[in-house]
Amino acid sequence: MAASLPTAIPWTVLIVLVPLIGAVAVTFLRAPAQQRAARWTAFGASLLALLLAVILAIGFTPAGPGVQYLVSSPWLPALGVSLSFGVTGISLVMVLLTTVLAATVIAAEWRMPVPRGTTQGYLALLLSLEALVLGVFLARDLFVFYVLFEAMLLPVYFLIGRFGGSRRGFAAVKFLVYSLVGGLAMLAALIGLFVESKAAFGRPTFDMTALADMTMSTPTERLIWWGFFLAFAIKAPLVPLHTWLPDAAAESTPGTATMLIGVLDKVGVFGMLVILLPLLPNASVFYAPMVVVLALIGILYGAVLAIGQGDMKRLFAYTSVSHFGFIVLGVFVFTGIAMNGAIFYMVAHGLSTAGLFLVAGYLMSQRGSASISAYGGVSQRAPLLAGLFLVMALSTLALPGLAGFIGEFLVLLGAFQRSVVVGVIATTGIVLAAIYMLWLVQRVMVGPLQPGVDRVREVTVWQAAAVGPLVALLLLLGFFPQTVLSLVEPAAQTTLAGVPAGTAATPSLFGLTGGEQP
Amino acid sequence: MTTTLLLLVLLAPALGAAVLLLGGRRTNAWGPLAAIGVMGAATAGALALFGAMLTRPAAERPVGVLLYEWLAVGDLRVPFGLYLDQLSMSFVLLITIVGTLIHVYSLGYMAHDPDRRLFFGYLNLFVAAMLLLVLADNYLLLYVGWEGVGLASYLLIGFYRRRASAATAAKKAFLINRVGDFGLSVAIMVMFTMIGAVTFSAVDAGIVAMPGWVPLVLGLLLLLAAAGKSAQFPLQAWLFDAMEGPTPVSALIHAATMVTAGVYLIVRSAAIYDLSETARTAVIVVGGISILFGAIVGSARDDIKKALAGSTMSQIGYMVLAAGLGPIGYVFAIFHLLTHGFFKANLFLGAGSVMHGMNDEVNMRRYGGLAWVMRLTFITFLIGYLAIIGVPPFAGFYSKDSIIEAALAHSWTAGIVAWLGAGLTAMYMTRMVMMTFLTKRRWQPDAHPHESPPVMIIPMALLALGSAVLGYLLVMNDAFEHWLEPVTGFVHEDPPLAMPIVYGITFGVVGLGVLIGVLANLHPAAEAPTRVNPLVRAARADLYGDAINEGLFMRPGQVLTAATVITDRRIVDGAVMAVADLSTGAGDQLRRVENGFVRSYSLALVAGAVIVLAALLLLRIA
Repeated sequence: MAASLPTAIPWTVLIVLVPLIGAVAVTFLRAPAQQRAARWTAFGASLLALLLAVILAIGFTPAGPGVQYLVSSPWLPALGVSLSFGVTGISLVMVLLTTVLAATVIAAEWRMPVPRGTTQGYLALLLSLEALVLGVFLARDLFVFYVLFEAMLLPVYFLIGRFGGSRRGFAAVKFLVYSLVGGLAMLAALIGLFVESKAAFGRPTFDMTALADMTMSTPTERLIWWGFFLAFAIKAPLVPLHTWLPDAAAESTPGTATMLIGVLDKVGVFGMLVILLPLLPNASVFYAPMVVVLALIGILYGAVLAIGQGDMKRLFAYTSVSHFGFIVLGVFVFTGIAMNGAIFYMVAHGLSTAGLFLVAGYLMSQRGSASISAYGGVSQRAPLLAGLFLVMALSTLALPGLAGFIGEFLVLLGAFQRSVVVGVIATTGIVLAAIYMLWLVQRVMVGPLQPGVDRVREVTVWQAAAVGPLVALLLLLGFFPQTVLSLVEPAAQTTLAGVPAGTAATPSLFGLTGGEQP
Repeated sequence: MTTTLLLLVLLAPALGAAVLLLGGRRTNAWGPLAAIGVMGAATAGALALFGAMLTRPAAERPVGVLLYEWLAVGDLRVPFGLYLDQLSMSFVLLITIVGTLIHVYSLGYMAHDPDRRLFFGYLNLFVAAMLLLVLADNYLLLYVGWEGVGLASYLLIGFYRRRASAATAAKKAFLINRVGDFGLSVAIMVMFTMIGAVTFSAVDAGIVAMPGWVPLVLGLLLLLAAAGKSAQFPLQAWLFDAMEGPTPVSALIHAATMVTAGVYLIVRSAAIYDLSETARTAVIVVGGISILFGAIVGSARDDIKKALAGSTMSQIGYMVLAAGLGPIGYVFAIFHLLTHGFFKANLFLGAGSVMHGMNDEVNMRRYGGLAWVMRLTFITFLIGYLAIIGVPPFAGFYSKDSIIEAALAHSWTAGIVAWLGAGLTAMYMTRMVMMTFLTKRRWQPDAHPHESPPVMIIPMALLALGSAVLGYLLVMNDAFEHWLEPVTGFVHEDPPLAMPIVYGITFGVVGLGVLIGVLANLHPAAEAPTRVNPLVRAARADLYGDAINEGLFMRPGQVLTAATVITDRRIVDGAVMAVADLSTGAGDQLRRVENGFVRSYSLALVAGAVIVLAALLLLRIA
């Protein structure tokens, strides 16, 4: 590790450009006969992006400065906006996750027929989504962050609205309207920051590092906090702003759902980590008890709803509502262990959710139904498919030895350090997770063979090869979590150091993270 | 050398599992033999470790090996470290030896199952996880093994995957264990938050300086975990259903090894329990209730495996009770755990042999007179029978009698419960032998019982040998007390009665149990009598454990789930949709879009984006 890369190459920009160029290239391979070439182009671009992400990880010095490989050029000097991209420990991990999942999705859906529109269009949208999300993770200018954050909606909107299920139009617009409301709130907050920065520095700036040093009056900070929080809470999604997700997930293709829940939703938490906490620390501490309570409600509420679903994709969506509860809890209890746990959790959740959507997606494409009651006994016909699904399910319910456990345990432990009651309530989530996952496995995979399931075929070698790496990663991260944690920890510590709540030294029974906490 | 051997013991079964589970159908031909091979290697490694340990003086016997730093975040440092002392050595030997024998037996028992490679793969996985459980040097790594054995148990209970009942039973076992895991999780959090570490050595050293509530809370949380894994009251309900799994699984996992992990956890945490009288009392109460609960259920069930499951719960109750006695009982808890591992595995394999010859019939009312057609099975079963009811010089006599004496030294209540349990054990086991091997034949017309092949009989014979001599071997010169004392501590206390009186009473209740067992089962009916007293009816329903779970958790849970689903749709999402309708007219849009106006809407959206971009560019130029 920590071999320095040549700085003449703008690595952080390159990694965004590669999938974007891939997307453009794919649109030129428009003829039906070029479909194969388009797939290889898309897959190649996603692999190249993954390779660049790995190179970036090798070149990253965890103990070095917070932002590395910073590339910056002025864009709108009048507004203090510059096109600047750089990588931190947190964004590096998110970039790795994004590139892994994008390549996995393209490989796993190799043979999947696109219901409407063209394969080329689908791939171009997936790649442009990847590029935009990577841009969000790497942006070091708040304005650029905002523009990309909003632009991200477009490919998702079309991915759902054109390639989705029977209620795709409704789901796409619901997603869009929700997101636009959040975006509007963020825009207002952005303008607020603009005004404040002008007053504080004499000239406006959107540079995230500079803004972290700015102090504001308490009411202003809290007002601005709400703008960003709404946008991120909708994206994350935090209860009660979650109701777009089940519709969107249910109407998406498995690949879109993977990118949506595995990657896009993480942008919400990422925003909390890189904007709410560093830029608005006092307001974050002030509102932390509220966020923690919402997160706790999300954990339990999402899990109970998952138990009650009859549709597989909606079930996965609600499990994610529960998991995002854990993740947001990990961010807002302000302990080092929980924050590391939350970031690790995002990676583990991305990998296992991708596996669930892709494997179940393959199953659903054969049976033609997402309804759980249409299944039963699948493992008799397709044992490998059932086995892959089980590993993903086990990581989802945080079985020790798989990645899901590390994230969840660290979040719970960190929460417990801060407040015994919060920790214990959140821990009941592990029982609920076992109920919704294993009941699903029982109804779909085992038991007597249901009519219609007999025509289900085993996953192909190609598909197994696409999803197999996810299994390997889940095991690897379960037994060697330091591979990710060593990248993340310094960045998490820096983030936490800027929050006045500090680390919890002594536990208290009820103490939520109020400002007076040591 | 030690490191290499430890890695061999741990990784050989893990490798076997990986090869068998990933290898697919290619491994069908040689997979089961490979699984036995890795077990042989692990056993050889374990014996070598044991030999090396014996050559060292007691103080130098424990060895620790740090493989790598598993987790290091903030102040949390968790090593991937192994720790082999006399306690874990005892378990490693039990797991590898009994495990190997049961692997061999399964070669015959599962010979005709098309999925047997999976079966052996899961068995290897189980052994690897169980070894990790007992070799871990900290609670978090123990947790990995703890859930690993739970996973293997889940997979093997549900092994006959065409059966809906097997799938339900597997899920039930996992869920009830998760309730126990909640206890273990929170216990680890308390340890780290209060003591700052989760390794056994650091917790043992740090617990002494803690305020009194810490050992109490930890003791109760660990007891919850132990009750889940070891099927102790009130988390016992899964064990009876777990008998859906193939019989070798019942023998290895649900009798000899995994279900005793709770006892291991308590004894391993001796330093915590030593500091809290209240926690110890809770352990004794749970153990005592479980002794009687299991024995009562075992006395009424006609399903031979479920009767044995009741017996397992009851015998583990003895171990838990002994562990709750503190330093006067830890040694005996593990002593009984070892002898039980042999004789209960022996009994289960015997039951499996009977089922194998009787078309998988499990109802003892359809057996009878099998002693004459399955002689070897009968003889080995009889040795297991003599061991479990505590007839000297068979193994169970020494271990159970030690527990009875220690219980008496603790309190009259504990002693009387132990005696009652001994009487009940003699009664239900005699009933089992009478109904299965003696009495008149009540076979189904298509039953043609036959003796099992040597590949099954030989492991049974070896386990029977263990059931016969292990107790005496371990009790000779107080060998086992001296062996384990450096780890758990040992204090001898005399019971309040003279020894001849204690023995007299023990033999009296056992004899009475045998007598009742014989007299009540001279002529068993082929159909279960329906007009029975309420106690028998309750016992047949596992003392209503399932009914209570259903009424208290399942039904209210279903209502809560349904209500939450409606709330989310009608109220949470309903509010959002209503706001959308009112404020932005988006509702109209949605309705129009649903009628197929996606295209126009998206066009509008693109147009908007273009305008925004144009505006930005203009700004830049300006």
